[in-house]
Amino acid sequence: MTSTSLSSGTRTQTRSNIAKGWWDRLPLLPALILVLLVTQLPFVITLYYSLQRWNLVSTNAPRFVWFRNFINAAGDAVFLKAIANTAIITFSIVIASILIGGLLAAGLNREFRGRTIARTLAITPFFIMPVAAALFWKTGVYDPTFGILGWITDDIGIGRINWISQYPKLTIIILTTWQWSAFSLLILLAGMQSFPTEVAEAAQVDGAGRFYTFRRLMLPHLRPFIELTGLLVAMYVLENFAAIAILTNGGPAYATTNLSYYVYLEAFSAFDLGRASAFGMISLALAMALTIPMLRVVSGIFKEGGRA
Amino acid sequence: MSTTKWRSAVAGSHVSTLALSIALGLFAAQPGHAEEVTLTVALAANPQMETAAKLIDNFYAKYPDIKVKFQTLPENQLRPTVLKDVATKSAQFDVVMIGAYEVPLWAEKGWITNLSKEYVAKDTEWKADDLLTPIRDLVSFKGDMYATPFYGSSSFMFYRKDLFDKAGLTMPEQPTWDQVAEFAAKLDDDANNVSGICLRGIPGWGQSLAPLTTVINTFGGRWFDENWQPQLSSEKSKAAINFYVNLLKEHGQPDAAKDGWQECLQLFTQGKTAMWYDDTVFAGPVIDQANDEVKGNVGFALAPIKEKPGSGWLWAWGLSIPTTSKHQDAAWKLVSWLTSEEYIKLAGEKAGWGTVPPGSRTSTYKLAEYEAATKDYADLTLKSINSANPLKPTIDPVPYTGVQYVTIPEFEQIGDFTSQQLAGAISGQMSADDAIAASEEKIKEIMEDAGYIK
Repeated sequence: MTSTSLSSGTRTQTRSNIAKGWWDRLPLLPALILVLLVTQLPFVITLYYSLQRWNLVSTNAPRFVWFRNFINAAGDAVFLKAIANTAIITFSIVIASILIGGLLAAGLNREFRGRTIARTLAITPFFIMPVAAALFWKTGVYDPTFGILGWITDDIGIGRINWISQYPKLTIIILTTWQWSAFSLLILLAGMQSFPTEVAEAAQVDGAGRFYTFRRLMLPHLRPFIELTGLLVAMYVLENFAAIAILTNGGPAYATTNLSYYVYLEAFSAFDLGRASAFGMISLALAMALTIPMLRVVSGIFKEGGRA
Repeated sequence: MSTTKWRSAVAGSHVSTLALSIALGLFAAQPGHAEEVTLTVALAANPQMETAAKLIDNFYAKYPDIKVKFQTLPENQLRPTVLKDVATKSAQFDVVMIGAYEVPLWAEKGWITNLSKEYVAKDTEWKADDLLTPIRDLVSFKGDMYATPFYGSSSFMFYRKDLFDKAGLTMPEQPTWDQVAEFAAKLDDDANNVSGICLRGIPGWGQSLAPLTTVINTFGGRWFDENWQPQLSSEKSKAAINFYVNLLKEHGQPDAAKDGWQECLQLFTQGKTAMWYDDTVFAGPVIDQANDEVKGNVGFALAPIKEKPGSGWLWAWGLSIPTTSKHQDAAWKLVSWLTSEEYIKLAGEKAGWGTVPPGSRTSTYKLAEYEAATKDYADLTLKSINSANPLKPTIDPVPYTGVQYVTIPEFEQIGDFTSQQLAGAISGQMSADDAIAASEEKIKEIMEDAGYIK
């Protein structure tokens, strides 16, 4: 790779180097084309659909309407509600799963008998299929007649609560947090275990209390891990679908309809492909607006030597 | 790796690819199997259809030249999958299973083959006269059949005989909704966690709106008037919707806004509700799955009424042939076999009489074995189906057909929105009247947008 640094070399040599570079990369080309085909082509097609008025079940032929679908979206009360729901649900789940995952990690970061078993059990929820988990929570936990919660609240004397009807958003948040706090636990535990023991010992020798050590030393050390967890959980939870489809069908009165569920309703219940595509594009723009700043924050982790 | 080695490797792979493609070409062009036809069939994943897939060897025995490939999908995935296929003319399927709601709509668009014209008249062995008339009407468009009914169903009332006896109540064969509300109030037993009645509350046009629409119909209400003006806020429709919501809130199962037929089936079979108003097709599963306390105490009654008699709904799953299929004749052989008397007998003998597809043929109800296995509910099922009239579902005249739905393409969207608001009312987040007002505004918008009203 030193030949290129000799800038005095002839032009032909540079060109042949470039050609060689391309020749070396040539085997990657099929993979690149495939990636473009499966990621960018659907995007372009969706963009094209979003400019059409095209309802599969309608008797009218598809026609080009420019940005009418996007303008209509702004006037669609349910769509605006879906944006608010997505924000509330995603934000709560991210915060709650970092908090709960962090607490679990702090507990599991200490030596005690049966730690391996406890750790395995704590991580398990993440490996249960979302649909199976949602079905179990619907009948096994939330249901006032058959569920554990109904039984517990009855026993302590506050009666059986209609969880899903009365607190629809909360039930979705609890269920999804249950799954994703296991994921935060994984990352945060790894972070805690990479905390240098010398530093901890030095702090102890200097007479720093437990809380002080955590607040001043552990937390700054964990910061990139927390940021990464927040980013990853937000990215996955933004498109939360299984919990909503199983628990509430987006109801009651669209109280739990998030953007991905509303896009699904437009596409597969109204069969309005134009509107659904437009909603999809808007959702994508919102998701990118949310994740790109977060990615920028987190990208420091991947740089050599980490953040200063 | 040196360049020459790399080149030879590339060349080698080219040669082998070429060889492979030639081999494949030869294989495909091989004569002798030219007459064999493979049909791709899209089916709903329900017990009756699974039985059909199991018994397919009997079909092969009759038609050795036809092979069948089943694609089984859950009911809610079947609809979008099949719709995409026929609407975009992908011609992936030769036979599709579709609901009664789709048949006339798709027939109008020319997506499915007119079976009356092409086959039914010629194929006397299939006995079209034996089909139940309302079910036959349901899978027809302008008098011609576009699907063969695999099974048909209506709605009726399930109730617990022991709980009724204990409370000193008797369920008449034809109850009224007022009586049902009265029974529900008396049987509602908070101490033992038994609700008076179970009704669907979860959003979805095929979920909570089905029973609700039958209530609207029998109360004398309707979805639209003759000029397609929405009528949910008319006096009688409003009374019906308020009745449904209040009955559910006061004496229905707890947390009703999350429950569909699946949850009600579970509540009823586990003894947690005294009554359940739902599809006749669940009669078999209820008796199968009931716990010891419930088994033997399951009673049946006709769909409750208010003003209009015969208020049960009407549904059928039909088998249609998309017009894009290249094997129409072979597809008819399969479709007619699956809906023949012969098949029903075969399914009864091989898979049990309780799982025979019900409600399609009169002859099914004359089979001694079937009668013996289903004596508790077969008569009422037949009566319910025969008293439903999809062509005239309401008291006041309407421009649409369909009992528990409106046969227009926009109804899925309308129904989903309305049922969301309804769930809001059931869960107590809004009043029933607010839910009606919000729904009607949206319906008006959809109907104007679609060009029904100017």
